[in-house]
Amino acid sequence: MASHDSHAGRLPGLFSSPDSSSFTEFLGSYSPDLLPGRRPVPVSSAGAEIPHGTTIVAAAFPGGVVMAGDRRATAGNMIAQRDIEKVFRADEFSAIAIAGTAGIGVEMVRLFQVELEHYEKREGRTLSVEGKANRLATMVRQNLGLAMQGLAVVPLFAGYDEERDAGRIFSYDPAGGRYEERDFYSIGSGSVFARGALKKLYRADLSAEDAALVCVQALYDAADDDSATGGPDLTRGIFPVVAVVTEDGYRRLGEDEVGGLARAVVEGRYDSPGGPTAPLR
Amino acid sequence: MSMPFYVSPEQQMKDKADYARKGISRGRSVVVLQYDDGILFVADNPSRALHKISEIYDRIAFAAVGKYNEFENLRLGGVRYADINGYQYDRRDVTARGLANVYAQSLGTIFTETNKPYEVELVVAEVGEDAETDQIYRLTFDGSVADEHGYVAMGGQADAVAQALKDGYREGSPLAEALRTAVRALEAQDSDRRLEAKSLEVAVLDRNREHRLFRRLTARRIEDLLGSSASDPSEGSDGSGDASEGSDES
Repeated sequence: MASHDSHAGRLPGLFSSPDSSSFTEFLGSYSPDLLPGRRPVPVSSAGAEIPHGTTIVAAAFPGGVVMAGDRRATAGNMIAQRDIEKVFRADEFSAIAIAGTAGIGVEMVRLFQVELEHYEKREGRTLSVEGKANRLATMVRQNLGLAMQGLAVVPLFAGYDEERDAGRIFSYDPAGGRYEERDFYSIGSGSVFARGALKKLYRADLSAEDAALVCVQALYDAADDDSATGGPDLTRGIFPVVAVVTEDGYRRLGEDEVGGLARAVVEGRYDSPGGPTAPLR
Repeated sequence: MSMPFYVSPEQQMKDKADYARKGISRGRSVVVLQYDDGILFVADNPSRALHKISEIYDRIAFAAVGKYNEFENLRLGGVRYADINGYQYDRRDVTARGLANVYAQSLGTIFTETNKPYEVELVVAEVGEDAETDQIYRLTFDGSVADEHGYVAMGGQADAVAQALKDGYREGSPLAEALRTAVRALEAQDSDRRLEAKSLEVAVLDRNREHRLFRRLTARRIEDLLGSSASDPSEGSDGSGDASEGSDES
């Protein structure tokens, strides 16, 4: 195998072998220890002391999908970080977010981003939405050993499907199971509460802006009942990360936009702490 | 038993160089030039599938002439080199200079150590914050590197194309004008050569874009640019126009 020292000089043979367009596979043969799943699994469980990311929500609307995440990371009962970012641009037309062990999750996201771009540059075309979702499933599966030791990472993937002109959402389990979700989904510790809110607030004909509002409402409800999920922090100006993916590509909403949504949600809760009510009949 | 003939190293190198030059001169030309918003790549290449111009990284692109399988091999290696460095360090740490060095070493070794040199010539270019910090490296089959400014021509009839570029090139010209200069230069390959939008492969590294600065221009966009008159201010439509039309798969 090529040594890393040859880096500075000419391209080692490995760089010009024609085989795969997968960056992960290349990395696996070039420097296997750089892959999250290829490291020795710790003997004892290493769960609680390591920062964990918490709640992510996503909702589809006609022509796209919104994904949002709170900003809290917890280590046991400590707040490890109050402004962590857990929602990322995967490529031009998709977004990825992570819940679970933050360090491994962020590494997985970086690898996934390079994986998609690498394929695109080598092949001259982008992967299909399913192709991207399947690729991510493989990465999650490779982390199974660590997941068994308490270092689980579960991503949520959302992309714009050009053929259907629709947003699509994919969820995963720690064993690499990949499931396509209809309309909306949530993951992470506050996901139960968030999903309840999504269920009541979701409409099939939401606009992009309203879908973002639904997501911020759902995150508020998650923070309301789950101590590991952070609500909008008005004093520090820390608001959820909200991303919209449409045919125009990935766009992260600016601080002003999200701040406006978050303030409106908090404002509304003064009158009705439980949030908007759904019609009974 | 036949006696091997002695061939002096000088002769050997000269033969190899002649061989490589001959191979390269059979192909069509590619030009690379700076314009006000970045770096423009134009290839006389009717194929939509086999590219001579490609993205390597955020700010880096690659153009080549010569034997397709050989420069494609180098391109794929370059993409791997860039991606692995960007992944291990940071995206900012991937530079055209580093990539040009690696290519130079590869080409140099292939030239001296194997019987058949690569019949290729490359340009590796990185767009900077302004024209001053743009970098254009030209690499030849034997691994020599030249640091270029303004414009580069390579491929068959490179001298004629370079002469035409020298006559027509103006620093800081807008995209439409730079493209016209490039096309006129490519037409200098033959006395009766006329190039249309569909027989051109055109891409830019546009410093005003975000994240990945490389964009291919579609045939329609090329036509628009070539059609607009010389006095037409083209800036208005440049940035946003490329973004919506210039995706890789058109």
